[in-house]
Amino acid sequence: MIQQIYAVTAMNLRSIPSRLGTSAVIVIGIAGVVGVMVALLAMGAGFQATLASTGEDDRAIVMRSGSLDELSSVVIREHAAILAEAPGVASNSAGEPLAIGELFMLTNVAKHDAVEPNNVVVRGTTPQVLNLRHEARLVEGRMFQPGVREVVVGIGAQRQFSGLQIGDLVEVREGAWPIVGVFETGGDVHESEIWVDREALVTASRRSAWNSVTVQLEDAASFTTFKDAITSDPRLKLQVQREPDYYASRSEAMGQMITGLGYTVAVIMGIGALFGALNTMYAAVATRTVEIATLRALGFGSVPVVISVLLEALVLALLGALIGGALAYLFFNGYSVSTLNFQTFSQVAFAFRVSGALLVQGMIVACLIGLVGGLFPAVRAARMPVADALRAS
Amino acid sequence: MNKERFGEIDVAETLVRLEGVAKSYRRGNQDIAVLDALNLNIERGDFLALMGPSGSGKSTLLNLVGGLDKPTRGSITVGDARLDQMSGGQLARWRAHHVGFVFQFYNLLGVLSAEKNVEVPLLLTKLSKAQRRKHVATALDVVGLADRARHKPSELSGGQAQRVAIARALVGDPDLLVCDEPTGDLDRSTADEILNLLQVLNRDHGKTIVMVTHDPKAAEAARQTLHLDKGKLVEAQGVAA
Amino acid sequence: MKYLPLVWAALWRRKPRTILTMLSVVVAFLLYGLLTAVNAAFNTGVELSGADRLVTTGKYSITQVLPYGYWQQVKNMDGVEQVTFASWFGGYYQEEFNFFPQFPVDPQSYFDVYSELTIDEDQLRAFVTTRTGAVVSKTLADRYGWSLGDRIPITAGIWPLADGSNSWEFDLVGIFDTRDPAARSQHEYMLMQHEYFDEARQFGQGTVGWFISQIRDPEQAGQIAQAIDAQFANSPNETRSDTEKAFNQSFLKQMGDIGLIIQSILGAVFFTLLFLTGNTMMQSVRERIGELAVLKTIGFSGGSLLMIVLAEALLLTLMAALIGLGLAAFLLPGLAENMPGFSGLALDLEAWITALLLALLLALIVGLPPALRAQRLSIVDALSEHA
Repeated sequence: MIQQIYAVTAMNLRSIPSRLGTSAVIVIGIAGVVGVMVALLAMGAGFQATLASTGEDDRAIVMRSGSLDELSSVVIREHAAILAEAPGVASNSAGEPLAIGELFMLTNVAKHDAVEPNNVVVRGTTPQVLNLRHEARLVEGRMFQPGVREVVVGIGAQRQFSGLQIGDLVEVREGAWPIVGVFETGGDVHESEIWVDREALVTASRRSAWNSVTVQLEDAASFTTFKDAITSDPRLKLQVQREPDYYASRSEAMGQMITGLGYTVAVIMGIGALFGALNTMYAAVATRTVEIATLRALGFGSVPVVISVLLEALVLALLGALIGGALAYLFFNGYSVSTLNFQTFSQVAFAFRVSGALLVQGMIVACLIGLVGGLFPAVRAARMPVADALRAS
Repeated sequence: MNKERFGEIDVAETLVRLEGVAKSYRRGNQDIAVLDALNLNIERGDFLALMGPSGSGKSTLLNLVGGLDKPTRGSITVGDARLDQMSGGQLARWRAHHVGFVFQFYNLLGVLSAEKNVEVPLLLTKLSKAQRRKHVATALDVVGLADRARHKPSELSGGQAQRVAIARALVGDPDLLVCDEPTGDLDRSTADEILNLLQVLNRDHGKTIVMVTHDPKAAEAARQTLHLDKGKLVEAQGVAA
Repeated sequence: MKYLPLVWAALWRRKPRTILTMLSVVVAFLLYGLLTAVNAAFNTGVELSGADRLVTTGKYSITQVLPYGYWQQVKNMDGVEQVTFASWFGGYYQEEFNFFPQFPVDPQSYFDVYSELTIDEDQLRAFVTTRTGAVVSKTLADRYGWSLGDRIPITAGIWPLADGSNSWEFDLVGIFDTRDPAARSQHEYMLMQHEYFDEARQFGQGTVGWFISQIRDPEQAGQIAQAIDAQFANSPNETRSDTEKAFNQSFLKQMGDIGLIIQSILGAVFFTLLFLTGNTMMQSVRERIGELAVLKTIGFSGGSLLMIVLAEALLLTLMAALIGLGLAAFLLPGLAENMPGFSGLALDLEAWITALLLALLLALIVGLPPALRAQRLSIVDALSEHA
């Protein structure tokens, strides 16, 4: 049986070069589907990964109870001081608690080659932030000085927006502040932000309360201790979340929308490609009516004929998937863009991620199209009465 | 060899036996009878030519004998196999081991070389690769094309292609060869060569051959000629044995 | 035209193949219809926004609040006819996923400035006089099954009540709609009384989100915007004013280039399609060389053969395009209901015309090579080859 399938399939595949035009329909059709699908899903995946990779399990973010994000949260200084003393909060070498109350505002910065303003996050923090967010490090220039109106910009923001080089001035509050450094945080969402000294920002914006407090816990397990202490304190109306949970939750709506768009387009395109595949395979079977009938006359069964046609469709589909996946990878992997995350109302720079898992998904879709596209023509080929088919020339 | 072929049953020597075979096709609402209550015995070692006008049913008869088609009524026995009672899959397996086909247009697979074409039926057997190669060489030798083994069908003349097709029919060593207009696409002298080859296979290799042909000269090469008309066998007239 | 039966017969020569090819093209135009409508929905905000309205926000971000007192000052500016304001409430109904905007506003002036909104006069009066009153767009009322008199709970995301609770409740006193159904997606929100909101919230009293001014002469928009911003320059609350159109446009740009992404997808779809349909046409002509040669023998000119083959391609793509667009037009209303913020998703005339031009172009690209082949056909060769 295997040998029969092998023989028929080998014969089919060897004749593909003589049917390049029709075979290309499957390959190119499926390459289109897989390319578009992988590219759109890579966009969704890149966006979600950027937010989901933000934060550490042993850090917590504290906001006003009921706030959906930092922008809409208020934590007054007294409460920030209370929660810094709560059990479970780690201390630095000097014995001070590792907790920073931060301001979270937006300012307008234009993208490269554009003039329209974009909501870029201004985070008012302290130079201590490099100890708290140990993934953050300066890659150029220096840190802002306490109390001074200076700016360090995230490397993602620098790539997406114009005028964010060291020495440039950026409008923060009450005029433009000079950029003195560039930081990176390993590709997470903070790289889309610009950081300034919080006390300088308090003066410039006439705001007194923080938006959120980020704390370093003694270890990941201390989270419950810390959370219970905060939520049971009658003075505080605050909510506590693990950092990764909070940031991941801010990517859901947008991530789902992009992924949903990706699948919808892929399904519709896939149906179109399926019709193309059916056409190709019907044509492939039709041009080989006599060959198939000859083999059947020589004693080949109908199963090897069906399987060989299916295999041919699969091989062509996989070839299409490889081309589509490769194109998506070449053109889009690492391609960085920035969009407005409407859950946080701020710009997030992220890179498309064409992962192995997505490529495998593309292959699966291709195989499905190939299988369905090959099945009906295959069955038709196997059902043709041998005696009639022999005369079909 | 001039035994009476109608009615009388010759158990010892009979390879193919058709009893009361009828075949009809449906075209729209109409049943069209192609063969009607046909009885025929073909002896082992015979070389039978079937002649008759277009639509006489000779190709249908050939297809039934070769196991490509099944009768509407009646029984067909080849050797000890009841073809009329077999399923499509059983027929396919039976064809693989007991019958070789030669077609008017050779029906070689264009993408395969001559020797690969000849090897195709052996893929259905349990023979090893080396054994297959040996059988293929022998078959090509018999048809006199050992030197063309590596050529593609497109590089062969019509006569050569038909020889490859005959080698393919022979390679599984079947008892029965079924030939559908084997010389229909060839010029006179090439056709004669092919007919000579078939005679050699019949005489020296003991193959039973059933051949449909339009060509009286081809029929002359056979030991017997039967005429079909409107689905019935009619007496052979003036055909030399 | 008299060749139509000939072309028609040729088109259906191999029915399954023609149908399958057509279905592929149908799918492509379906996708075109859906994506174009979505793209258009993003842009309607820009197209429908009034050129005679200015939006004044905080200088650095729309999220900065401005003093309520600016309202009177903007009203007094030269060239400004009437002014209203709104704030971002940022709450949600039942769960975060049910997102729609809520704006605390001054009821009377809001409906004065947004004259494209229609509301029953009694309902508007009820909105003005009911402290906890709220009005919603018809699209929202339909989606959530609200009717007048319902009490709608909204959980605050930004503004807690004075006691720190996030649970606000509003009484539905009116349902508004837009004069132009295409503008519905632009006005899919809930409005409540600013006065009540300002008193009841825990902090932020005396501030509003942004001002919307209606100006007398759109030509003056630039100067008036500058004048407003100059008025508040060097104050603790500097402003940034722009036409509503520019404001919406820049907001749209923030999403990244959605149009570009959609065009790339469509580009990939049509490129794929080109191969598919082109292949069918080539096959069809190849099979018919003999027949075409007969036509030529009878006396058909090369030119008319060219036209016959082209007409066949055109017939195929046009029929498929119409079916695909029709399908999209049929599906869009249902789709719009399930996509928050996309009410009024529809195909406009421009989309139809563009699609039909695309079909024409497609027919030319795929039909021309085989048509030329038919035109140049040598009778003798063709007849002997396919005898």
